[in-house]
Amino acid sequence: MPWAQEALERPCTLVALDKIRFILWGRAQHDGQLTSMSPQFPTAAAPHVIAPNSVRRVMGLVLCTLVPAIVMHVIFFGAGILVQLLLGIATALAAEAFALRLRHRPLGAFLSDGSAIITGVLIAMCLPPLAPWWLIASGSAFAILLAKHLYGGIGMNPFNPAMVGYAVLLVSFPVQLTQWLPPPLADLQILRPSFSDSLYTIFMGHLPAHLTWDAITSPTPLNSLRTSLAMGHTMQEAQSGPLFGVLGGRGWEWINLALLIGGIWLLALRIIRWHIPVAMLAAMAIPAAILHVLDPGSYAGPLFHLTSGASMLGAFFIATDPVSAATSNRGKLIYGAGIGAITFVIRTWGGYPDGVAFAVLLMNAAVPLIDRYTIPRIYGHAR
Amino acid sequence: MTAPAMHGGLRLAGNKKRSTQSALRIAAAPSQVVLPLDQHAGTAATPLVQVGERVLRGQPIAQPQGEISAWLHASIAGHVSAIELRPTPHRQQPAPCIVIDSDGSEESAAHEPVDVDRLDAVALCEHIAAGGMVGLGGAVFPTAPKLLLGRQADEVHLILNGAECEPWISCDDMLMRERAADILRGASILCRALSAARCSLVIEDDKPEAILAMQAAQSAAHPNIHVPNIDVRVVPTIYPAGGENQLVTTVTGLEVPSGGLPSDIGAICHNVGTAAAVARWIDHGEPLIRRIVTVTGSGVAEASNIEVVLGTSIADVIAQCGGYSGRVARLLMGGSMMGRALASDALPVVKASNCLVVALPTDLQPRGTEMPCIRCGNCSEACPAMLLPQQLHWFARAQDLPALDLHGLLDCIECGCCDHVCPSQIPLTQQFRDAKPALTAHRSAQAAATLARTRFEARDARLARLESERQAKLAERRKSVG
Repeated sequence: MPWAQEALERPCTLVALDKIRFILWGRAQHDGQLTSMSPQFPTAAAPHVIAPNSVRRVMGLVLCTLVPAIVMHVIFFGAGILVQLLLGIATALAAEAFALRLRHRPLGAFLSDGSAIITGVLIAMCLPPLAPWWLIASGSAFAILLAKHLYGGIGMNPFNPAMVGYAVLLVSFPVQLTQWLPPPLADLQILRPSFSDSLYTIFMGHLPAHLTWDAITSPTPLNSLRTSLAMGHTMQEAQSGPLFGVLGGRGWEWINLALLIGGIWLLALRIIRWHIPVAMLAAMAIPAAILHVLDPGSYAGPLFHLTSGASMLGAFFIATDPVSAATSNRGKLIYGAGIGAITFVIRTWGGYPDGVAFAVLLMNAAVPLIDRYTIPRIYGHAR
Repeated sequence: MTAPAMHGGLRLAGNKKRSTQSALRIAAAPSQVVLPLDQHAGTAATPLVQVGERVLRGQPIAQPQGEISAWLHASIAGHVSAIELRPTPHRQQPAPCIVIDSDGSEESAAHEPVDVDRLDAVALCEHIAAGGMVGLGGAVFPTAPKLLLGRQADEVHLILNGAECEPWISCDDMLMRERAADILRGASILCRALSAARCSLVIEDDKPEAILAMQAAQSAAHPNIHVPNIDVRVVPTIYPAGGENQLVTTVTGLEVPSGGLPSDIGAICHNVGTAAAVARWIDHGEPLIRRIVTVTGSGVAEASNIEVVLGTSIADVIAQCGGYSGRVARLLMGGSMMGRALASDALPVVKASNCLVVALPTDLQPRGTEMPCIRCGNCSEACPAMLLPQQLHWFARAQDLPALDLHGLLDCIECGCCDHVCPSQIPLTQQFRDAKPALTAHRSAQAAATLARTRFEARDARLARLESERQAKLAERRKSVG
């Protein structure tokens, strides 16, 4: 066998052919036979059949699978989300167009790939429905311009742009981000702003005269839990209020279930793989379950964690963003588990009610390291 | 026994029915043949004939150079009209060719049939080499050197490749249907040449007729056949199940070591077409001067499999299949996944020409606008070599050779699966093909550097040792003097 490889590699075996080629080439040129032939048929590199798939299709399907959750959002928190979505998409597209123009990239192909729309939609889904217009606008613009295009645009961003945008808003404008509406439940005794009031609030940045924030908002279940526990209440007492439902927060549990359905749909479409969501949800649920069993008075149970806040959105729609996630299946498991664990830690002991955004960004930063140590075994290499 | 699952792969539209509806046809003898000297893997052959010389059909006209090379025979009787560079379907650059103009005679060079049982195995391998045998699956690796490589293994398992996983190609399917006995005979000769312990035949499950034909031929086998029990393995139709490494793993459960050959783990793969050609050479004295070509695609009037004399022009072959019908979008040699797009049909049929696809736009799904990679991972899921094409793409763009090496660029088999599933429509295979030479050069440069460093360190150590010995001697002498 060594002789065969040597023969294949030895440059001198090529000499004979080259010599013939050289001699004959001169003659052929002399005869004028090899003057530029115009091709009879168009050529291209193999493979010649490509599956009908595109980035646009992938992004479009992700948007479709978000629809059930958006519907739930409208049912429980009013039509404000629709305005936020439109604002988010419009700003993201405008920012994308601006960045593409600056970078001399073709507008058509990149604007229509759907990635900017997804960024705008994901930020909108994280914001309170009555948040002022400049909040979503600045968040989306920051996400697209700084988190995406400063790194080279689609495919090049190390951090999830939507989460960068959201995290910036979360640290910069904490008050506006807590002004959530409660779900429309009779026993809550809270005024429900009309759609025109919502529009007025979003665009004017303050409530119409007949409403006050105290009258219409309530903390999110995660926030309320946190405040209650800080006041020395037990978990049972903290979860006994009208904000809490069967699994998690009322309304929130339905949105999370709709996101779970959307996520399963994405899995079925093979747009995402199971590794990241399963690892993330497991890493969140398992420590929650252990602590809940040990000390049910101080720690919320796993189902509450899974159906509250951005758990499902994060697991299926944010952490699975392939650009900023780990590459190999093993890497994806580590990456997802890291996000789940960090989210749980922030929720339980940290300074923020939810921690998905920070967890995602921290694990984004760890991706190059994870990728370096989780290269899968290649065919023909030792285990 | 269930075959171990191949990693990745694709279920593709086979498009094979188009060319398997009619029986195998025999093409008319051409008036001229163009025979490239390098139509096999390895070193080109050197001509044995002069321009103007008369040659007989089957007469050797070029001899192998070096270990990995093959004989070339005149495929028609006539006069050598030129030895010159001609464009060929298998190379980018024009290649040296021997051109023979037919004189209309059917005169053949005399090659006596050989009694296999009288030859020892090595002599049999040498005789197979004299027939100009190369792998007819498309890779055209010379058969005899492969047999000799296989003989170095302790126990050889001969694997006959009838998987034919590429879309459109059906020449092996038709051969198995119509000439199953030839394949079995060839298999027995190859087994004898290899002293093989076992023999398996792999067929994909989309070829039920071929499976039946092979099984029937086996039960009616001649007692002369050395290996009566060829284990016919039916495997799922997943491209690229017929890739050499994939085939070996399917049959033996072992992986071909990276950078190695199947013979390293005691396996030798030969295409069924090669087996049939070997049988024809041994039993009838006909060297490799013709092959079955699948002529198919929506752009040819009568798609079929046709046995063609090597060197016949592709235009001639297509004309014999009813000519072009419609505006041809691409002319492929090979299938739609790994085939080469030919710029012209004024090219000869070579030993590697298993298939000609005359594709109309409806047969193709061309690449759209290339978008940046979004690392979706479809490619790594489809990769039969278990690579991460999305990472290789990144490192190839950055020309990061150490990272390419670490991520196994040289283990890429260029099957095209990653390209096929890429939503960003990135020409990954092309990129990897282009990056390989640089990595190979980098590796040998590194090997040279390592060697130089080892030498340098050895020299340093030697000098240090000599110096310390000298000092020791000196000290001893001083002591004795003192």
